[in-house]
Amino acid sequence: MRAVEHALNITIPDNARILRNIINAIQAIHDHVIHFYHLHALDWVDVVSALKADPAKTAALASSISDWPNNASASYFKAVAGKLKAFVESGQLGIFANGYWGHPAYKLPPEANLMAVAHYLEALDWQRDFIKAMALLGAKNPHPQTYLVGGMATPIDPNSQNAINANTIAQLLEYADRAQAFVDKVYIPDLLAIASFYKDWAGIGAGVGNFLSYGEFQNDNLPNTTNVWLPAGFIKGKDLTKIEKVDHKKMTEEVSRSWYKYAGGDDKPLHPWDGETTPNYTGPKETYKELNTDGKNKYSWVKAIRYDGVPVEVGPLARMVIAYAAGHKEAKGLIDFVLGKLGVGPAALFSTLGRTAARGIETKLIADKLPSYIMELAANIKKGDYRVANTDKWEPSTWPAEAKGYGYHEAPRGALCHWIVIKDRQIANYQCVVPGGVNASPRDAKGQRGPDEEALIGTPIAKPDQPLEIIRTIHSFDPCMACAIHAVDANGKEIVQVRVR
Amino acid sequence: MAGSIYHHLLSRGVTRRDFLKFCSATAATLGLSSSMVPQIAEALEKKERPSVVWLHFQECTGDSESVLRASKPSIAKVILDIVSLDYHETIMAPSGHAAEKSLHDTITKKKGKYIAVYEGAVPTKDGGIYCFVGGKKSIDTCKEVAAGAMANIAVGNCACFGGVPAAKPNPTEAKGIRDIIGGTVLNIPGCPMNPENFTAVVVHFLTFGSLPALDSLGRPLFAYGKLIHNNCERRPHFDQGQFVRQWGDQGHRLGWCLYEMGCKGPMAFQNCPTIRWNEGTSWPVQAGHPCIACATPDNWDAAYPFYQRMKAVPGVGWQANADKIGLGVAAATAAAVAAHGAIRAAKRRKECSKSEDEGHE
Repeated sequence: MRAVEHALNITIPDNARILRNIINAIQAIHDHVIHFYHLHALDWVDVVSALKADPAKTAALASSISDWPNNASASYFKAVAGKLKAFVESGQLGIFANGYWGHPAYKLPPEANLMAVAHYLEALDWQRDFIKAMALLGAKNPHPQTYLVGGMATPIDPNSQNAINANTIAQLLEYADRAQAFVDKVYIPDLLAIASFYKDWAGIGAGVGNFLSYGEFQNDNLPNTTNVWLPAGFIKGKDLTKIEKVDHKKMTEEVSRSWYKYAGGDDKPLHPWDGETTPNYTGPKETYKELNTDGKNKYSWVKAIRYDGVPVEVGPLARMVIAYAAGHKEAKGLIDFVLGKLGVGPAALFSTLGRTAARGIETKLIADKLPSYIMELAANIKKGDYRVANTDKWEPSTWPAEAKGYGYHEAPRGALCHWIVIKDRQIANYQCVVPGGVNASPRDAKGQRGPDEEALIGTPIAKPDQPLEIIRTIHSFDPCMACAIHAVDANGKEIVQVRVR
Repeated sequence: MAGSIYHHLLSRGVTRRDFLKFCSATAATLGLSSSMVPQIAEALEKKERPSVVWLHFQECTGDSESVLRASKPSIAKVILDIVSLDYHETIMAPSGHAAEKSLHDTITKKKGKYIAVYEGAVPTKDGGIYCFVGGKKSIDTCKEVAAGAMANIAVGNCACFGGVPAAKPNPTEAKGIRDIIGGTVLNIPGCPMNPENFTAVVVHFLTFGSLPALDSLGRPLFAYGKLIHNNCERRPHFDQGQFVRQWGDQGHRLGWCLYEMGCKGPMAFQNCPTIRWNEGTSWPVQAGHPCIACATPDNWDAAYPFYQRMKAVPGVGWQANADKIGLGVAAATAAAVAAHGAIRAAKRRKECSKSEDEGHE
């Protein structure tokens, strides 16, 4: 959408920009909370250990870190423990079966585990409620339907019951309040409490140390504007003193280790406008135990995505590191607060723990920002501006014969950009370079490892047949579960066994 | 009865009142009269939670995300407590070999007693090499799991009909689950599926021991028996000729009909207008966006261009369902695949001549 807007030089209306900022904020907050509690917490929290917790001591611990109402209640934690006990005794463990429970890398005391399990369940209910804010503006979630080239499809009219009106604004503010409360009183205190038991993970999982962000939350309506709230930038080699400007032309993909072929040679990096996607699968044809990743073998469906020739990490950590280096006031204040709480320096950011902490820090930043976007929308409507879409270029007949564009976006998972080439009013080439792929990208012709793989180097493994530590680091990237995680898991395991022994 | 779903719900803090409310809501979603509520409640009080194996193939995990938004009675309490979700790659605790063990344990120890849920299409080109999970081809895993399942449920348009992966030019020859394993597959299409429909199907199965009545596309009639167009709250505006002509115009702001903006409600069967999304908060037409027929086979091609008006609205009676209408797009899928492509291509040429591309059908 932004790629087409850029190609056709479409400036969106104020309302469309603000609505997109609001939806992006809702998406980021929701996504990060689900990631922390439901996709990552069980790497740090031992559910079975929670059974041994004393409810009174759990309440003492929980109320010492937050005044969230349930935290002070021993009877609440007793009830959760009771439910958990009944669940385990039913013998039907469902999604909790075959976890690495009792693994020596789990460090939380039983009370902290019980507190986290209780909040895992609370977060399930919270997210279902909070996401209704997105449905208010975008029809439904997942897969909202309102985005248009040129703006949004949800009308605005304070005098209509079929449009965004004062009632919508009031409801949005209420959801934003509840989000702030949950983040401030549950997510952030839990994150800090859990992190305090895992400070050694501030020295594990650093990764490539190159960070990229396209910037997000636009302050003006121009395509790919650099006037954004969370800054764009490129940081190389963990050097916080130097932020380079982002130039989309420096983004390339090559396929020497990927299951594609390029007409001009697999090892020749291509800019996405010239990108090719021709499958060339050379892997096993039937059931296999492990992939041959040696030498020059191809082993991945992900292309080797590089910025300025090097692998880059994208995601909340990249955004927070760049904001920190740029002196972004709110970000710097929060990051320093968290580092101070944990008693570590900025170097601790370059780690698995830093990556997971950065996601929480960003959630709080955005949750604190969300009400101001909702008020900005209200103020704009008050001015009498009901425009939601620029439709000057809606009809393809208004387009030039040829056009090229790209569209930046910072998704919760990280920097995302689409490139489009339009010829004769049709798509001639379309390439998506998505954050899950950037982080999971394989080796390139020079042998440079991608961010996920690099981050695993040097990870201590207590039990090679139960590589919990590997999963922690991979999950800290919020990998695209839908596409690449299976390959990563299987490979990760083999790499561990080879290197550790 | 100890060990029953009801007992389990109680142990998780669900009250008797909430439990009966859930049974009533489920009966309503299923289109059953309130006299059926005791039967649903009785079934849930007696049955142990059935094992569910949830497989992911070519997809975006949107249907799993959707299930996390289920609301009656309350999200995960339904999905985690009414069923025993023994294998689900996204939210299960174990990874890698430990996760594979969960799958293996379930399909061997509970053979013939588990429900298989499929999310995503299965690629068939070149022997199915375009999707390996855990070193196994998705087509093999799909067949192996289906063989021992007591019920097969496909969720989302990708698993039902191929969805996005099967959109032209379908580079991996992706197919829906029915085309892989044959037999009875219950389809809950949509992009994503509506979680309340999934819950209602599972409860129906537990209550009556059988799947609900289906149309020829395998979709439960309670959820896909009526045209969106016929249940749409904006239908009076269609009948009165009041149409949105441009985004943000007066008609758009007043909630007029989106037909001229490309709405595919007249070809789409689903209960969006009645149950809506996210606890009844909204649905696409309510929000101001046209329906894209996301529960219709091959909607990415058949309903395309999304923002171009349908050339003709078939004369549709209130009592009609997808089978009786024989609407080109719907009937085509029931036909052989080759014929399907031909019909679809012909339909596209007729309706969407402006956007004709290379004719790669």
